[in-house]
Amino acid sequence: MRKTLMTAALGAMMAAGPALADLVVVDTSYRTGPYAANGIPFSDGYQDYFTLINERDGGVGGEKIKVIECETGYNTEKGVECYEATKGEGALLYQPLSTGITYQLIPKATSDGISLHTMGYGRTSAKNGAVFKNVFNYPANYWDGASHAITHILNENGGDISGRKIALVYHNSAYGKEPIRTLEELSKKHGFELMLLPVDHPGQEQKSQWLQIRREKPDNVIMWGWGVMNQVAIQEAVNIRFPMDQFIGIWWSGSENDVKSAGAKANGYKALTFHNLGSDYPLYDDMAKYVVEAGKAAGAGDQVGSVLYNRGMYAAMLAVEAMRTAQEIAGTSAINAAQMRDGMEALEITEAKMAGLGLPGFGPEFKVSCENHGGDGMGAVSQWNAEKGEFELITDYYQSDQEVINALVAEDSASYAAENGIEPSCN
Amino acid sequence: MFYREAGDFKTSYAEDSQTFPIKFDRYRYYAVLVIAFAVVPFVINDYWVNAVFLPFLIYAIAAIGLNILTGYCGQVSLGTGGFMAVGAYACYKLMTSFPEVSILIHVILAGGITAGVGVLFGLPSLRIKGFYLAVATLAAQFFLVWLFNRVPWFYNYSASGQISAPERTVLGVPVTGAETAPWAAYLVCLLFVTASALVARNLTRGMAGRKWMAIRDMDIAAEIIGVDPLKAKLSAFAVSSFFIGIAGALFFSVYLGAVEVGEAFGINKSFLVLFMVIIGGLGSIFGSFAGAAFLVLLPVFLKNLLVGGLGWPTDLAAHLEFIIVGALIIAFLVAEPHGLAQLWRVAKEKLRLWPFPH
Repeated sequence: MRKTLMTAALGAMMAAGPALADLVVVDTSYRTGPYAANGIPFSDGYQDYFTLINERDGGVGGEKIKVIECETGYNTEKGVECYEATKGEGALLYQPLSTGITYQLIPKATSDGISLHTMGYGRTSAKNGAVFKNVFNYPANYWDGASHAITHILNENGGDISGRKIALVYHNSAYGKEPIRTLEELSKKHGFELMLLPVDHPGQEQKSQWLQIRREKPDNVIMWGWGVMNQVAIQEAVNIRFPMDQFIGIWWSGSENDVKSAGAKANGYKALTFHNLGSDYPLYDDMAKYVVEAGKAAGAGDQVGSVLYNRGMYAAMLAVEAMRTAQEIAGTSAINAAQMRDGMEALEITEAKMAGLGLPGFGPEFKVSCENHGGDGMGAVSQWNAEKGEFELITDYYQSDQEVINALVAEDSASYAAENGIEPSCN
Repeated sequence: MFYREAGDFKTSYAEDSQTFPIKFDRYRYYAVLVIAFAVVPFVINDYWVNAVFLPFLIYAIAAIGLNILTGYCGQVSLGTGGFMAVGAYACYKLMTSFPEVSILIHVILAGGITAGVGVLFGLPSLRIKGFYLAVATLAAQFFLVWLFNRVPWFYNYSASGQISAPERTVLGVPVTGAETAPWAAYLVCLLFVTASALVARNLTRGMAGRKWMAIRDMDIAAEIIGVDPLKAKLSAFAVSSFFIGIAGALFFSVYLGAVEVGEAFGINKSFLVLFMVIIGGLGSIFGSFAGAAFLVLLPVFLKNLLVGGLGWPTDLAAHLEFIIVGALIIAFLVAEPHGLAQLWRVAKEKLRLWPFPH
């Protein structure tokens, strides 16, 4: 049994064919399981942008981009299997879209010299590029998000939130636990009381957490949720009549899928974001012409313009710009993984660049350097308008509390460096 | 023709009761060992180790452990994931507290700690049986996962609640951490699998195993003929948890390198290992291997065939994978309720008579 299966698996692998000399990007997506509702739009946006670049411009610098998709179901074992299966094909970049898989891949990818882009998720202290050479989490990270949420509450309350009670409803995993440390620091600084409410994977059962919220009446609820957990939490908040404008989700808890099921009562729910929303950009005309109408869209092609689709597209845009930068530095269009890493480290996103791409004002301007792999921590707050059926930005981009966050990043990355015997350096 | 006892004369009791009484079988077994230890390490790469061999070997240890409890002693357990977590966290705490001690010793100690925890959760088995016991072990599963999530001491107060394995070496060769060579990780796991299988095989056909089986078949009758149910059941829980703890420790340190308790050792793990034991065959060491191979290799094979070979969309392939694996499990169990091990037994019986069955 075992032998025949193995020979057959070997045969299947050989039939998959040898690697081609393209710019290879791996998309570890999840279109199945409890996180699929959020995994699908991100992956569609990510792939569609690469398809657009291939179809419209013939690739980056004349080199086509090849996207390899792996289904992980948000499962770390499958993520590792995917990584091992694809790294031999000349992969330049991984976008795991899972904090759990990111933690698995950080040591492996660093040892193999392949870059990870963990945009707005993953290990926050990877911002310190002197320790995490191959991991990038620009333009914003979880600790920025925690600070954004608190700053927003501060602004709403005239700058004084001492004595307020703020609850964090979080996915009980590495992902959900990330912001706790920052929130604890911020609670010391601003004098609010922090209440922690973990929700176990996958998050379909939250009755007890929301009962506790109903009993203890926190002034604000912040949520770190993903997948089906978001929908359930928002529905439960509606059920206990929690004021939706006092309920703020991280950027992973703010897509249309999450709020639509709760209907009109979800109106006013807030979520953070680090890029713009909607499809009112010149790029979308090209997207419609070259990708959607040409029948080349990934998935069902029905996600265009949704929040997470935009985010996936934004991630792909940053990847393509990093490739261009890498090609300029290396002087060749057929870059390898090490050159890609250098390109990511030298990436600079300016307003002129974004306007040139047909995405004016789509995200914050930032510049990556070895000391800072994480951008400047700019973010904004969006609010759900149930009548129009879309999230709208209600603030400008503002910066997170760099004083608190940089200290935490330095501390956490130093402990990682000590545990793993890494000598931090920027040469 | 080749596969028969005839002509292979046994002159001692030890020879007569050996595991592989047929010459052909014995040589096949030696050949498998030689290939596994001396050939495979030279030809495998990262992909084969991380996607196929490590999960197969580690799940095989877990399945052997559960098979001792469920297959040999008849005590249904749904706590396998929780016990694997105990092994993993024990290994992590030992690795980080005593970095100078060899990782091999830590893995064995982690097994020992898990055995203790297993005995503790095995206590209800003295009062309850069957489904009731399954529910009690289910409580162990949820309690242990909750404990490792809740108490920061277990994960050394890390911000994310994840545990990650630092680099540890055996004879100067790294076997945990990112710099591990594929062959090193493979050999470490293979060593533990071989040792576990040997120990388990010899336990189950000795006095301990006979006591377990007596309890399984009818506990009152067993008690009447002098089997102490307390000792028999608790020793089954201890031995079973020992192997499962080793599997958990290797799963964390050698295979994944970083785990999160809820995701890696959730209730799904318990069911997965239970399925392996049921599909492989209850009360059979070979069945543990066959079940682990079936449930580890089949999804990888299907994925490579459907996505890599045929170029189908990944989500379609993932859904089909569920359907195919599920259908095959049902088909196998309808065709042979005693699992793959029984198929193998029947095949062996037929082979003995081949080519003249009458």
